[in-house]
Amino acid sequence: MTDRFISIEAIARRYPAAGGGSTTIFENLWLSMARGEFGCVIGHSGCGKTTVLNILAGLDEPSEGTVIVDGQAIDGTSLDRAVIFQSHALLPWRTVLGNVAYAVSSKWRKWDRARVKAHAQKFIDLVGLAGAEHKYPSELSGGMKQRVGIARALSITPKIMLMDEPFSALDALTRGTLQDEVRRICLETGQTTFMITHDVDEAIFLADKIFLMTNGPGAVLAEIVENPLPKERGRIDLHRHPYYYALRNHIVDFLVSRSRSFASDVTDRDPRHVPTVRPGVGEPVIVSPPRVVDPNPAQSAAR
Amino acid sequence: MPLRLRAAIVSLVLLAVFLGAWHLATRSTGTAASMSPEYARLMGLTATQGKSAMPGPLDVGAKLWEHLKRPFYDNGPNDKGLGIQLAYSIGRVGLGYLIAVVVAIPLGFLIGMSPLISKALDPFIQVLKPISPLAWMPLALYTIKDSSVSAIFVIFICSVWPMLLNTAFGVAGVRKEWINVARTLEVGTVRRAFTVILPAAAPTILTGMRISIGIAWLVIVAAEMLVGGTGIGYFVWNEWNNLSITNVIIAILLIGIVGMLLDQVLARITRLVTFPE
Repeated sequence: MTDRFISIEAIARRYPAAGGGSTTIFENLWLSMARGEFGCVIGHSGCGKTTVLNILAGLDEPSEGTVIVDGQAIDGTSLDRAVIFQSHALLPWRTVLGNVAYAVSSKWRKWDRARVKAHAQKFIDLVGLAGAEHKYPSELSGGMKQRVGIARALSITPKIMLMDEPFSALDALTRGTLQDEVRRICLETGQTTFMITHDVDEAIFLADKIFLMTNGPGAVLAEIVENPLPKERGRIDLHRHPYYYALRNHIVDFLVSRSRSFASDVTDRDPRHVPTVRPGVGEPVIVSPPRVVDPNPAQSAAR
Repeated sequence: MPLRLRAAIVSLVLLAVFLGAWHLATRSTGTAASMSPEYARLMGLTATQGKSAMPGPLDVGAKLWEHLKRPFYDNGPNDKGLGIQLAYSIGRVGLGYLIAVVVAIPLGFLIGMSPLISKALDPFIQVLKPISPLAWMPLALYTIKDSSVSAIFVIFICSVWPMLLNTAFGVAGVRKEWINVARTLEVGTVRRAFTVILPAAAPTILTGMRISIGIAWLVIVAAEMLVGGTGIGYFVWNEWNNLSITNVIIAILLIGIVGMLLDQVLARITRLVTFPE
């Protein structure tokens, strides 16, 4: 691989176990992403995907290994890596504008109030919250709160956006709209994004690369799935694309059965070179002989 | 009829019933045993008309009106207006309480943020907290050698604990995700303390401060009874020595009202810093 904007190198995370030893959530995990890519991690609960994201964010530290972002090993949290939390994590005593402005003034300490406000307002408008900037989080719906979370993360123009199941607490309709918005914004700004999800359709719609993780403890990155669908895809006709079901079935198959049996099935795994898969249409299969088309249906009906 | 209005009517009825019963229980019961007029004058209404030694609501009301007309007179050390006495008490409570705020909130922050300091200070707090504030009085008088300052110290020592514990509890309980927001935004420790931890813990801290002001107002009366000189507590004890039950009742009423007002002020501030989630 040539462009490794994010490079996770041989990280492990262990927790002390009750018996005196330690529980390994995952070890020797390698993962890389190019600039401007949208990567999604899919796996069952407990496979350590949130831990990977927290390590990438700098909120957690790996027991072994390093994470390199834009050519530099990361050390703790950074304004270059913005996090969108599952629970939105807005400060309830600040308004929408106050929450976004807090992030803006944290990044640009020397800006005056007017400049901070103008910059924050730009991102509030971007996520479609114009008019609600003076509301408090308690006055907003779940979807609007998460929009504020997105505006706050984008407002500091991070190198990477990290999302931890950002839409899992939302209803299906709101989730769909927000997915559209996130995709639009990411395409417009060329944002590098790393997201955790357990929603297969969300991953298919949003991601360029989907990372499949096996079940923990001792979880491994089993496969990288390249999204074969075109960049210009809409949520409405996504499922009509000829590659859609091949891709979807591949991921669902993995989640249903292979995520459990992978560790015992594959013994010659090289964690540094995880296979990349690009599901497409298989060879055409004739499932039934073609029917002879009657040239004159009216007559045949009369007969 | 709105609930508030109905509740107010019930309150007024209860007050009227109480005042009526009080009046009936303490009124004169008419003639009493015949006695020489000179002896009767010596014995007073209690003996001559069977009047209770306990003042009735009308006596108390009349006396209260007298006090309210001249709250700030000063006729020497044993005869000062109620306004002056209350001002002394409120002043002592205010000063002791302020010192407690200055000590308890930063220390509470430290305890809440550092598990090490929390564990290290815990045994001291556990032992010092249950000590009656008045038990400190002799030690305070001996070391400080000033009765008025000793009273302020007693107020400080009794109001410091609820604030300290509530601040530590509130600071330690700030949601992890809010802290993480500050961390991902690379907010420094001092700015984080003021922009995330303080607003998040403010409702809990204010609850502690509200408990403290209540305790401080309870303790000042007892402390002033011991220390003497000035203050509403001293006034109560002085009027007991004068056998003026009327003044004692008035003082009790005023202590209650001032205590309620202090609590309301803190309740108002608590509402200002409370955020809905």
